[in-house]
Amino acid sequence: MNYKYISSLIAVIVLFLIAYVGVEAGGLQVVFGIVLPYVAVIIFVAGFIYRVMGWAQSAVPFRIPTTCGQQKSLPWIKPNKIDNPSTTGAVVARMFLEIVFFRSLFRNTRMSLKEGNRLSYNLEIFLWVGSLAFHWAFLTVIIRHLRFFTEPVPMAIQLLEKVDGFFRIEVLYDLAQVGLPGVYLSGLALLAAVTYLFARRLFISKVKYISLAADFFPLFLIFGIAFTGIMMRYFTKVNIVAAKELTMGLVTFHPTIPEGIGGVFYVHLFFVSVLLAYFPFSKLMHLGGVFMSPTRNMTANTREVRHVNPWNYPVHVHTYEEYEDDFREKMIEAGLPVDKQPEPVESEVEASEDKAPEEKE
Amino acid sequence: MADDLPKSNELLTALDYGPSPKDWMDTPIDIRKGMYCYAGNPKSLETLGAPNARQWNPLDEDWKLPENWKEIIYEGFRERLERFRTFKIFMDICVRCGACADKCHFFIGTGDPKNMPVLRAELLRSVYRNDFTKAGKILGRLGGARPMTIDVLKEWWYYLFQCSECRRCSVFCPYGIDTAEITIMGRELLNLLGLNIDWIATPVSNCYRTGNHLGIQPHAFKDMMEFFVEDIEEVTGLQLEPQFNKKGAEILFITPSGDVFADPGTYTCMGYMLLFHYLKEKYGFDVTWSTYASEGGNFGFFTSHETMKRLNSKMYAEAKRLGVKWILGGECGHMWRVIHQYMDTMNGPADFLEEPVSPITGTKFENAKSTKMVHIAEFTADLIKHNKLELDPSRNDNKVITFHDSCNPARGMGLLDEPRYVIQNVCNHFYDMPANTIREQTFCCGSGSGLNAGEDMELRMTGGLPRANAVKHVHETKGVNMLATICAIDRAVLPALMEYWVPDVDVTGLHELVANALVQPGEAKRTTDLRGEPLPGMEEDADE
Repeated sequence: MNYKYISSLIAVIVLFLIAYVGVEAGGLQVVFGIVLPYVAVIIFVAGFIYRVMGWAQSAVPFRIPTTCGQQKSLPWIKPNKIDNPSTTGAVVARMFLEIVFFRSLFRNTRMSLKEGNRLSYNLEIFLWVGSLAFHWAFLTVIIRHLRFFTEPVPMAIQLLEKVDGFFRIEVLYDLAQVGLPGVYLSGLALLAAVTYLFARRLFISKVKYISLAADFFPLFLIFGIAFTGIMMRYFTKVNIVAAKELTMGLVTFHPTIPEGIGGVFYVHLFFVSVLLAYFPFSKLMHLGGVFMSPTRNMTANTREVRHVNPWNYPVHVHTYEEYEDDFREKMIEAGLPVDKQPEPVESEVEASEDKAPEEKE
Repeated sequence: MADDLPKSNELLTALDYGPSPKDWMDTPIDIRKGMYCYAGNPKSLETLGAPNARQWNPLDEDWKLPENWKEIIYEGFRERLERFRTFKIFMDICVRCGACADKCHFFIGTGDPKNMPVLRAELLRSVYRNDFTKAGKILGRLGGARPMTIDVLKEWWYYLFQCSECRRCSVFCPYGIDTAEITIMGRELLNLLGLNIDWIATPVSNCYRTGNHLGIQPHAFKDMMEFFVEDIEEVTGLQLEPQFNKKGAEILFITPSGDVFADPGTYTCMGYMLLFHYLKEKYGFDVTWSTYASEGGNFGFFTSHETMKRLNSKMYAEAKRLGVKWILGGECGHMWRVIHQYMDTMNGPADFLEEPVSPITGTKFENAKSTKMVHIAEFTADLIKHNKLELDPSRNDNKVITFHDSCNPARGMGLLDEPRYVIQNVCNHFYDMPANTIREQTFCCGSGSGLNAGEDMELRMTGGLPRANAVKHVHETKGVNMLATICAIDRAVLPALMEYWVPDVDVTGLHELVANALVQPGEAKRTTDLRGEPLPGMEEDADE
C-alpha cells in the first residue's frame, strides 16, 4: 500500500521543486506570484459553486434524518431536541454543534475484544481532538493571514493575532519587526494536528487499510504549507513588507512583483494555489457537503409535517378489488365481509367449493 | 441451525481484526457458504414485473446477466445521483476518517475489512469516481477509481447483502453519511439486473398478492387468529372476538404478519388481542384487523423505493376503504422506518383520515397528525400514564428483562422511552444493557433488512455478536433471562441468536408483557403466563 502515500509525497516534493526552481532558476516570479494564484482562486470559487450547485440540483425525495435521541411524542416524555430535532431552530442547533464542534465525532468509541470473549466500547477522543485542533488551527491561520490582504489591518484580525501569538514580545509593533518573532500557536497546532492525522493513517491498521492516495496528498500539501510558513517566519525571515506588497497587489488587482522575496515564499504561495485548485475536485469538499447532508440538516418530525417528493410517480399496486377477486369465495366461506357479492349464477349453483381452484388462478 | 455452523467459541477464536496485507481492490471476491442468501426465485420476480427473472446461483461463474448490464448499472447510477441528494453527497464527501469502521456489527462479528461501513461504501464510490468524476477518470486507481467489472458486481452483491441498513455508522459519521442509504441504492441497482435474494423477493411477491409476506390468504389469516382466541381462552378464560375488515371501525390495526405466524411473535399478537379486548370491554374501543393490509413490514424497502411504495400503498388504501379514523401500528422495526419517514411522502396525503386522538384518554397524537398513524408503544404508554389499564406487574415476576432497541425505531424515529416506560409499568425487574449498546447506539440483531434466512446462519450469528455480547453481560451481572423487543424480525431471529451465544435468555415482544400484567374484567385466576409458563407466586395464591 506504500504507493498511496509515497506517490502523494513525491507529488508534493515535485510541486516544491517546480516552484522553487521555477522562481530561483527560471525567474518565473510572475507565474508563481500572480498568474497561478489568480487561476487557483478562480478554479476554487467556480469549482466550489459548481459542486454545491450540483448537489443542490439533486432532489431530496424523503426526509430521512438519522435520529440520535428520543423523539418528540407524548407531552410528558422529554424529547432530545437537538439530536432528534422537530423544529428548524433545533436543526440549526444540531448543525451548529456538528459543524463547529464535530458533535458526531465526539461520540467516537473504540471497540476491543477483551479476554477473548467480551466486547467493550470505550470513548476514543483523539480523532475528535485531532480533527478539531486541525480545523480550528487552520481557520485561525487563514484569518490571521488576512492581514496580508487588508490595509489597514482590521482590529479583529489584530486582536486574533494578539491572542494567537501571546508569547510575542512586541505586540502590534511594525510588521517588519526585528528580534525574535512571537510564536503563533495556531501554526504549531496545525503542524502537530496534520502530523497526527498522517500518523493515524500510517499506524492504525484499519485506517491505513481504507486510506487512498487522495487522503495523503492534502495532508502532505497542508504540511508543506504550514512548514514553509513557519520556515519563513522563524528561520529564513522573509521580507514581510515586500510580501505584503505582493499580496496587496493581488487583492487590489494591481499585481506587482517586488524585489527581495525568496523562493520559499513562492513555494508557500504555490502550495496554497494548488490546494485551492485541488479543493473542489476532492474530498475537501466536505466543507460544503457537511451543510447539506440530509441525514443531519432536516427536521425529524416526519409524521407531523408531510414532506413532498418532487418526482413521486404513480406505481402499480395490487388493489383491494383485485385482491377480493382473487379470494372472494374463500373470504365468504370464512365469514369475512366482501365488497362485491359473487355473480348470481354462481351463488345459485352454490358450487363455490368446486369453483375455488379456478378462481384462485 | 445449520450443521456446518461453527461453534460459538470457535467463531470467537477465529475472529481477527488484523488487516489483510493486500490492498482491498486486489482482494478477490470469495462468496462463502453460510454468509450469503439464495438467489431470488424467478416466479417471485415475475409477479412483481421485476427485470431479468431467471434461475441463477451466486456460486456459479455465470450470473446470466443481460448483455448490456454495465449500461444498465451506469444509467441507474446516474439517475439515482439526480434523484437522491443523499446518494450524491455521500459519494462525494467521505474523508475516510475511519470513525465508522468498528461501529458495524458485521465488521465486529466477522473482522472482514469490507464490512467496515466506509469500505462498503467505497465499493460503490470507486466505480462512481471512475464513471462520474473527472479526477477519477484522470487519476484512475491512484484516485481511488476502478472500472465496473463482473467481479466488482459480485462484490457489491455479496457485501450489500451483508449490511442490515441499521444506520449505526451514520450516528458516528461527522457528515452523517448513512450506509443504509448507500446499501438501499446499491440494492436498487442490483435489482435492475435481477440480482435479489429469495428471502426478500418471495416475501415481497407474497405481500403484493396476498397482503402479507408469508402469503397467508384471508381465510387462513382469520383461522390463525382464531387459534389464538382458543389459546387465550385456555390461559385467561376470556372469549375474544377480533374484528376483520370491518367497515366503519374507528381504528385500523396493522402489524407484521410474522406475529401471526411464529413463536414468540404469536404471544405478542395475543398481547395486542388481549389489550384490544380489555379496551373494548371497558371503554368500547372499536378496532379492526385487515386481511388485505395484513402486513406491517415492508420487504419492498429492501428491494427498491418503488417496490416499497407498491407494498405500502395498502395501508392507506385499506384505511380509506374501511373508513376508519386513523391507523394504529404494531411492533416492528423497518415497518416504522417506512411509516415514519416514507409513507406520508410516498402514498399521502392521508387527508381522508382524522388527526389521531386516543378515544380512551383524549390525547392528541400531535407528532402523528399528518401521517395519521400511531405506534402502539406510544398508544399504550399514554394509556398507562392516564391510569386506564389495571396492571399487575408481578405476573411478569418470572422474568428479568432487558430491552433491545431495534435499529429503525431507534435511529429512524427515536422511539426510545415509550417502550421503556411501558416495560417499567408492567414488570418489576428491568435492567438496561450498557450505554454504548442501546438507544441510538443500539446494535442490530444481525439479521435485519431481509437477511433473516436459514442459509446465511453464520452471517447472522456473527452479525448478532455485539448484541448478544451485551445481553450476555446483563445476563451474567443482573440475571436477565428475557430480552424484550419491539420488532417482528427481532422476535423471529433473536431466539436463534440467544441460543447460540447466551442460551438461557428468551425473547419477548412488548405487548406480551403488557397482556401478562393486564388484569381483565371477568378473567379466570391466572396461574400461567401467555406461554403457559407457571407463575410461581400465583400458584401459592391458589393454594391459600
